[in-house]
Amino acid sequence: MSREEIFHSVRLDESKCKGCTHCIRRCPTEAIRVKGGKARINEERCIDCGECIRTCPNYAKYAQSDPLEAIKEFKYTIALPAPAFYAQFKFTLPLSKVLSGLLKIGFHDVFEVARGAEILAEEIKCYLQRRDIVKPVISSACPAVVRLIEVKFPSLLENLLPLDSPLGVVAKIARLEAMKKGYRPREIGIFFITPCPAKVTEVRQSGDDLARVDGAISMSSVYSRLVNELATIEEVIHSQMAGFRGIGWARSGGEQESLGPGEYMAVDGIHHVIAVLEKIEVGELKEVVYCEAQACVGGCIGGVLAVQNPFIAKVNVNHLLQKYNFYAPIEKTHQAEWRKKGVFLRSKPYEAKEVMRLDRDLHRALEKYQTIEKLVEKLPGLDCGACGSPTCRALAEDIVQEKALEVDCPFLLRNRMVDLAVEMYELASKVPQTMIKEEEGKKVGNQNS
Amino acid sequence: MPEENPLVEMEREIVGGDFQRAGDVSSELKNILQQAGFPAPFNRRVVIASYEAEMNVVIHAYRGIFRVQIYSDRVHIEVDDEGPGIPDLELAFQEGYSTAPPHIREMGFGAGYGLSNMKKCSDRLHIDTRVEEGTRVIMDFFLPSFMKG
Ligand SMILES: Nc1ncnc2c1ncn2[C@@H]1O[C@H](COP(=O)(O)OP(=O)(O)OP(=O)(O)O)[C@@H](O)[C@H]1O
Ligand code: SF4
Ligand SMILES: [Mg+2]
Repeated sequence: MSREEIFHSVRLDESKCKGCTHCIRRCPTEAIRVKGGKARINEERCIDCGECIRTCPNYAKYAQSDPLEAIKEFKYTIALPAPAFYAQFKFTLPLSKVLSGLLKIGFHDVFEVARGAEILAEEIKCYLQRRDIVKPVISSACPAVVRLIEVKFPSLLENLLPLDSPLGVVAKIARLEAMKKGYRPREIGIFFITPCPAKVTEVRQSGDDLARVDGAISMSSVYSRLVNELATIEEVIHSQMAGFRGIGWARSGGEQESLGPGEYMAVDGIHHVIAVLEKIEVGELKEVVYCEAQACVGGCIGGVLAVQNPFIAKVNVNHLLQKYNFYAPIEKTHQAEWRKKGVFLRSKPYEAKEVMRLDRDLHRALEKYQTIEKLVEKLPGLDCGACGSPTCRALAEDIVQEKALEVDCPFLLRNRMVDLAVEMYELASKVPQTMIKEEEGKKVGNQNS
Repeated sequence: MPEENPLVEMEREIVGGDFQRAGDVSSELKNILQQAGFPAPFNRRVVIASYEAEMNVVIHAYRGIFRVQIYSDRVHIEVDDEGPGIPDLELAFQEGYSTAPPHIREMGFGAGYGLSNMKKCSDRLHIDTRVEEGTRVIMDFFLPSFMKG
C-alpha cells in the first residue's frame, strides 16, 4: 500500500453522476465543479468531510476504504474500533461481545480507540494548563475540521491542539505493544474501523514509522460481517477497558465531558463549525478554553460510513455510558513512557494550504479580486449553479482563473445571444448597395402580381 | 509616506443596532486579505481590530461608514460614525471599562476590551471624537518588511 501525499478518500463514480448541482452547493470549501456534465473534485480544497456523499441523490460519491481481506497480508493484525462503532449495535449487547467478534472475524488483537481517547484526555488536560496556549484551543480529533482550518482558516492554526488524535495515539500504543511481543514492524497490521472518509485519509497519511496505520476498513462493512457472527459467540475472550469517558467520544460533547469541569464548548456539523471558526477568527470566544469541533452532525455517530441512524446511535451511546460507568485510571509511568516515545505527537505539523489565494503575486491577486467584483455585478446573483460553479461569485473566480467562461452562465449566454440576434437582424436589413434596386424591384413586382 | 494609490478600496455602511449583519464588513475584508495572499497572522490582527471597530459602531453609535484601503505593504482603515462620541478617551481605553447596557452584555459584548484590542492589533491607532457628534477611528497595519516583495 502506498502512502500518498495528496490523497482523498471521497471519490466520484462517473457512471452514476448525472451532473446535477446538489453537491457543489453543499460543499463547505467550494471544492466541486460540474464540468462536461460530471462533478469534479478539486483535490487541494477537498477536506473529506463527506457532505457530498450525504447529499448526492444518485450515490455517485463514495468513500474509498480498505476491504476486510486486506488484513490477510499481515502476520499479526490489530483492530482499532472507533468509539462510534459501539453505538451501531443495540445497547443491550455487551461490548465485550462486540470486541470478541472482531477477533472471531480474523483480528489477533483489539485496541479500543475509546481507550486511546481516555489516555489522550489526560494529556489534553495537561496541555490546557499551559500559559502560552492560544484560546480557545481547538480539538484536533476530527481530521475534516483540521483540514478545514488548514484550507480556510489558516490564522487559526495556532489554536489547533498540537496533539495527535485518539486514533493516532492508540495506533502507536498498539504497535509498541505488538513489538514488545516480538513481532517485527512489517508483520504487524493495524487497521482502523472507520466512521468516515476523513479518517481514511488520516490513515493514508499516517506515515511509515511508529504512527503507521495500515488500513481503514469501513464501519458498515465490518458491521455486516459481525452481526452474523454475534449469535455464535459464547465465550467472551476480550475484556473491554474503555469506560464512559472514552465511549462518550462517539458523539458530540464527549471530549469535554472527559476533561472534567471547565469552560468548554462543542460544535458539530461542518457548516456550524465554519460559523464558530469565523467567530473565533474575529476574536470572540476567548473565554472558552477548549472547543470540540466535529464535521458530522452529532459527532462521529453521524459519520457517512455508519450504519445506524445517528439519533438512534445517540440513544445507544447514552445507555452505554450508564452501563459502563467506570474509569480505569491511567498509570503515570505508562503515560510518561508514551510521552517519551512520542505517542502524543502528530506525525505531520499543521500547515496553511493557502488555496484561497488568487495569485502568488500580491498585485496580480488584488487585480484579480477587482475583476471578480466587476464580474459579480454583471452576473445575475441567483447562485443557481447552472454554470457548474456553486455561486455566481465562484463562477467569477473561475473565470478570472481561466477555468470557466462568461457564457457558462446561461443568463449571460442568453444576453449574448439576444445581442447577437439584434446585430444579425441589423446586418440582415443592410442590403448590399448593388442589390438594392433589384430587391426593391422584386418587391414592387411581387406586390403587383 | 509617499502617496501611492491603494490597490483595492472598499466602502461599506454600518447600521447601529443591527446585530444580524454585525461583523459582515470585517468578514468581507478577511476574504479580500486571504484571497490577496497576505500572511495569516497579519490578517488575523487586521480582522480582529476591524471587527472591534465595526462592533463599536453597531453597539454604541447610530450609523457609520467603514472605509478600507489596501496597499501592497499596508492596510488603512477608517471608521467614521454618527453617535454619542466618547467623552473620556483615556477612560474608554481602560480594559474592562464599558458603558454597554445590560442587554448588550447579555449578548456577550461590552466586556470593555475592544479599544485596547484595537491598539494591540494595529500598528497605528488614532481616534477623533466629539461628544454628541461622532467618532472617527483610524488604524494602520504594516506588513512585516520580510514579507514584502
Ligand atoms: N464608536 C463609539 N461611539 C461611542 N462610544 C464608544 C465608541 N467606541 C467605544 N465607545 C465607548 O468606549 C467604551 C469602551 O469601548 P470598548 O470597545 O473598549 O469596550 P466595549 O465596546 O464597551 O466592550 P467590548 O468591545 O469588549 O465588547 C465603550 O463602552 C463606549 O462607552
Ligand atoms: S466528526 Fe467523526 S465521523 Fe465525522 S468527519 Fe469528523 S472524525 Fe469523521
Ligand atoms: Mg467595543
